[in-house]
Amino acid sequence: MERKNLVEMVNIHKWFSGVCALRGVDFSVGYGEVVGLVGDNGAGKSTLIKILSGVYPPDEGKIYFEGKECHFSSPREARMLGIETIYQEAAMVPKMSVMRNIFMGRELAKFRVGPLAYLDIPRMEEESMKALERVDLRLRSPHAPVDELSGGQRQGVAIARAMYFKSKLVILDEPTNNLSVKESERVLEFIRELKKQGISSIFISHNLYHVYPVADRIVVLSHGEKIGDFRKEETSVEEITKLMVLP
Amino acid sequence: MRHTLLFTLRRALLLREISSLIMLLVVILVFFALSPLFLSRENVGVVLEIIPELGIVALGVTMLMIAGEFDLSVGSLFAFCPIMISLFVSEGVHPVLSIVLALLLSLLLGGLNGFVTLYFGIPSFITTLGTMLIWRGAVLLISGGWPPPFSSALPTAFLVGRMGIFRASILWFAGITVLLWFILERTDFGNWMFATGGNQVAARAMGIDTGKVKLANFMLCSLLAGFAGVIQSFRLETTLPSMGGGLEMEAIAATVIGGTALSGGVGTVIGTVIGSFLIRIIDNGLVMARAPSYWFRVFIGIATILAVILNTFVRERARKMRC
Repeated sequence: MERKNLVEMVNIHKWFSGVCALRGVDFSVGYGEVVGLVGDNGAGKSTLIKILSGVYPPDEGKIYFEGKECHFSSPREARMLGIETIYQEAAMVPKMSVMRNIFMGRELAKFRVGPLAYLDIPRMEEESMKALERVDLRLRSPHAPVDELSGGQRQGVAIARAMYFKSKLVILDEPTNNLSVKESERVLEFIRELKKQGISSIFISHNLYHVYPVADRIVVLSHGEKIGDFRKEETSVEEITKLMVLP
Repeated sequence: MRHTLLFTLRRALLLREISSLIMLLVVILVFFALSPLFLSRENVGVVLEIIPELGIVALGVTMLMIAGEFDLSVGSLFAFCPIMISLFVSEGVHPVLSIVLALLLSLLLGGLNGFVTLYFGIPSFITTLGTMLIWRGAVLLISGGWPPPFSSALPTAFLVGRMGIFRASILWFAGITVLLWFILERTDFGNWMFATGGNQVAARAMGIDTGKVKLANFMLCSLLAGFAGVIQSFRLETTLPSMGGGLEMEAIAATVIGGTALSGGVGTVIGTVIGSFLIRIIDNGLVMARAPSYWFRVFIGIATILAVILNTFVRERARKMRC
């Protein structure tokens, strides 16, 4: 079978202590595509995403990334292949500076002494400002602690980080939750910026009105099954809403 | 001009160490006013002689606390390590080898603190409360409650040899401070420490081995506690089984006074050095001012609470300053 998509998840099943969370879901993401993943709470959105990002394996089904079959045993492995997941609470360390957050776990070093690497702080400063500019996020200093930023700016930093480290797929888990209208708008801008750079993304939300403007394709989950998969041109907000509220 | 001045002021006020530094200066001035002898050559020497012992322990506690864990067992290890040296020496082990072995044992016991905490997923407060009692008990069992004979064969000069008004220990303290500052602020491992203590879930998600980071800090903390105990034992040329009683609380106080957050992820090495100075200076100043020594604990308690309140208050205000 020819695989033209960046991600192909085929016939994914997942059970949690006897409860079926996903039953035979097929899910794909094309190159440079923005896929909106919508569904009510408990529909199986996060389970699907956690399988794709290596948090747990599927009980059944196959995952192909860039045409190759993958078995992730940790989020780290998925990240190494270029799958970056941005969870709201888990993306940043609030008390740490923007720069230190961007390079967390992937620090730039001048040289190594035994087990320690001496940080190249001037380069990290410069590179983090550059990375932020690419998402049009202008901060006064790379040393500002993340907890002084707004929710939208934090998402921006996380997305800038994903871009900087050349991720191929960015998964955003409810990025617009608890954000003001204006801030949500900013986040949508960040996602458009990803697309411009040719990076695929999955935008998970239970708010269809946030997903609809930026998504190329919208996938609807309900009770662990895929009940809709539309190109945006083929559908409307009304149609999907109807689908989502059906029992 | 006004703009840059305000900016500098804001930056100064946002420094974690600022409230402890202000308190330190105030305390020095007050004690100097009460007794001019306080700043005499002799007395400064006395203070510098006793500071490293608390300071080195507190530095270890600080590093571990930044990584998000506690160690209450440092005071007991402070006595356990020098007792082991005495034991080894009395068994005929070479003095230098005895010191090395006892320090290695401290490192290992720190590893045990870390292993029990991380493997069983229990709070380090509980683990180290337990080991605090166990190691103090071991000290009393080994010594029978009496200080073992102090071998004159032990090379003490490299740790406590006199150098003018101070001892070699102050150089060790300075060296360890610089080294830990460097690790914390200038290496990838330091970044992992802040990340681990600040948001463990995020740190893990970014591929940081948070267990390894914590384990290394448990070991460092215990090593430094044992090392500081050796310094005190060599200075006094005896090993009292009661050594280091209450030291864990003083070390935590010094750490917190210096601006390190109990919840982890935030803290500085310099702040802890200032905090250690503050505690030992209050201790010494009260004696110089002829106050009953019982006041010591009262003042340390007040200083601890005041420092944290001041820290929170000052930062809150400084953040709101717009410039």
